[in-house]
Amino acid sequence: MRKRRIWTPGRGYLSLLILPGIFFCAFFIWPLGTVVYQGLFQPRFGFGNYATILASTTHIRVLMFTFRLAGEVTLLCLLIAYPVAYTLSRAGEGMLRVGLAIVLIPFWTSVVIRTYAWSALFQRHGLVNDLLVQAGIVDEPIKFIYNEVGVLIGMTQILLPFMILPLLNAMRRMDGTLLRAAEVLGANPVRVFVHIYLPLSMPGVTAGVLLVFISAVGFYVTPAVLGGPQQMMIAVLIEQYVTRTLNWPLASALATILLIATTLLYLAYERATRRIGGMFGAEAT
Amino acid sequence: MTAVAMHGLCKRFGAVEVLAPLDLEIRQGEFISLLGPSGSGKTTLLNICAGYLEPTAGKLIVGGRDITALPRRGRNIGMVFQSYALFPHLDVFENVAYGLRVRRMTSREIAQRVPEVLRTVRMDGFERRAIHSLSGGQQQRVALARAMVIEPDILLMDEPLGALDRQLRKDVQVEIRRMHLAHPRTTLYVTHDQEEALVMSDRIAVMRAGRVVQMGSAADLYERPADGFVARFIGESNLLAGTVEKLSGGQAALAVPGLRLRVVGHAGVGLEVGARASALLRPEHVRPKPGGLAARVAERIFLGEIVALRLLLPGGVSLWSRLFGADVPYSDEIEIGWDDARVSILAET
Repeated sequence: MRKRRIWTPGRGYLSLLILPGIFFCAFFIWPLGTVVYQGLFQPRFGFGNYATILASTTHIRVLMFTFRLAGEVTLLCLLIAYPVAYTLSRAGEGMLRVGLAIVLIPFWTSVVIRTYAWSALFQRHGLVNDLLVQAGIVDEPIKFIYNEVGVLIGMTQILLPFMILPLLNAMRRMDGTLLRAAEVLGANPVRVFVHIYLPLSMPGVTAGVLLVFISAVGFYVTPAVLGGPQQMMIAVLIEQYVTRTLNWPLASALATILLIATTLLYLAYERATRRIGGMFGAEAT
Repeated sequence: MTAVAMHGLCKRFGAVEVLAPLDLEIRQGEFISLLGPSGSGKTTLLNICAGYLEPTAGKLIVGGRDITALPRRGRNIGMVFQSYALFPHLDVFENVAYGLRVRRMTSREIAQRVPEVLRTVRMDGFERRAIHSLSGGQQQRVALARAMVIEPDILLMDEPLGALDRQLRKDVQVEIRRMHLAHPRTTLYVTHDQEEALVMSDRIAVMRAGRVVQMGSAADLYERPADGFVARFIGESNLLAGTVEKLSGGQAALAVPGLRLRVVGHAGVGLEVGARASALLRPEHVRPKPGGLAARVAERIFLGEIVALRLLLPGGVSLWSRLFGADVPYSDEIEIGWDDARVSILAET
């Protein structure tokens, strides 16, 4: 095993990073610092804002709902994406290209527009309900939106590619001889899938789950448009404190909670991939 | 006792015949190598045995059972892959135990048999090691253990030493041979490396363009190759092209342009008087002989215990000779000869 040589930039090259570095500090680190600072120091220093948040059942409910919904969206995405990625991973070059295009084309339309498209489709007198009523399948229009179902459908559709792509990547890299080895050892298809295929696709599963979950936790537009008053997510709550009640310190504290939660998840992901990566030796890194 | 029988086994892809109809019998506990260049059909034959390819026609009988149409998992076959194909998410023990768990063996039996087979491949003590922490040679032995532990009717190996470096490959060859002699197991071994085949096999099937050209022990193939292809493929060889002048009593005489004497030797199959043929002279049989053919040493190549000499004969014929250091003449002008009993006259291929 030869060790890979790592290219280290010289001093001259490092100066190329000065401009992006300034930009990064001015427009990311500084505002983020301000958010954390406000949550902790205003109106006075201490954990007052956090105490307010934890004391209010509304806040707790919103937080719980946010994480539960993100979990549901992640699970839905995984259940839909796994078979899709599996099929694509076994397809020929041509089919794979078509499949990838279908997965990626929704990215050409912004999240806001796609969300409104869902609301147009699912309204009380939207396309879907009109069709269902006219076809006589239902008597009354079904309530698709302004509830949890609507948010789930919208968010799952938007986040699905973030699950499909890492899964596909892991599945395409899988060594087919391992599956053949299991077969020749006598394993039936179910056994091969459960004991060999599934564990070997885990790097893709963890990557996809984290990507989707972290994105889902911070979602704003889709729950705001497709959800009802019961479906308030943390981002919507923060927005209300910022624009309506002008309670910026409390909004900052909420944002910090979100930041900490996602950071912890990311660290867990790092640890998980390092463990899985170690299992697969150098190939997986 | 016949362990494996192939009757007219063949494979065609459209109009391309990758494996010509083949009849082959392998005795219980025999180690057979399929030796040939890439594209000779040896891997095709292995894949048919493993069930990865369906034969176009023919029957495959293993252990008295017709398994031609059987799915892979019903075949009870052990397979060692070139890439080892060990499961990276399982440790050594679980890799070896996999085939036993699939066979619903009790964990007590598994706990007994896995260390046993690991001992035969000298990997005992590595049970809980992760696959990626093993060297190539160790992974190879675990792969072998995993294939052997299920007591397969036949063990298939697809160039399993291809990924190892030269020295290690030699060690593992000898080790596989030793293991095979201790516990004979019917084995079909695919390789393009003549040395591997010579060291390990009971019999070797030399393949070319989808056909078995010759099958026999290593010594048979070396001393009495069926044709020039086999002669070139196994060992070093001098092949002198000429015309058959006489054929009698299993002997043939060949007239070689530029050589004043007729080359006489054991007659191979398919020879006809007047037809083109080649004389096979192994370099170690071309030796200094007082009163023999005059020759000039054109090149001396030092190979350690032996020296290779390129000899130029007056008629323009060039021959290689391989001699032990002590037998090498000092002079560049020498006289050479060979024993007719060591010569084979082979039909053109």
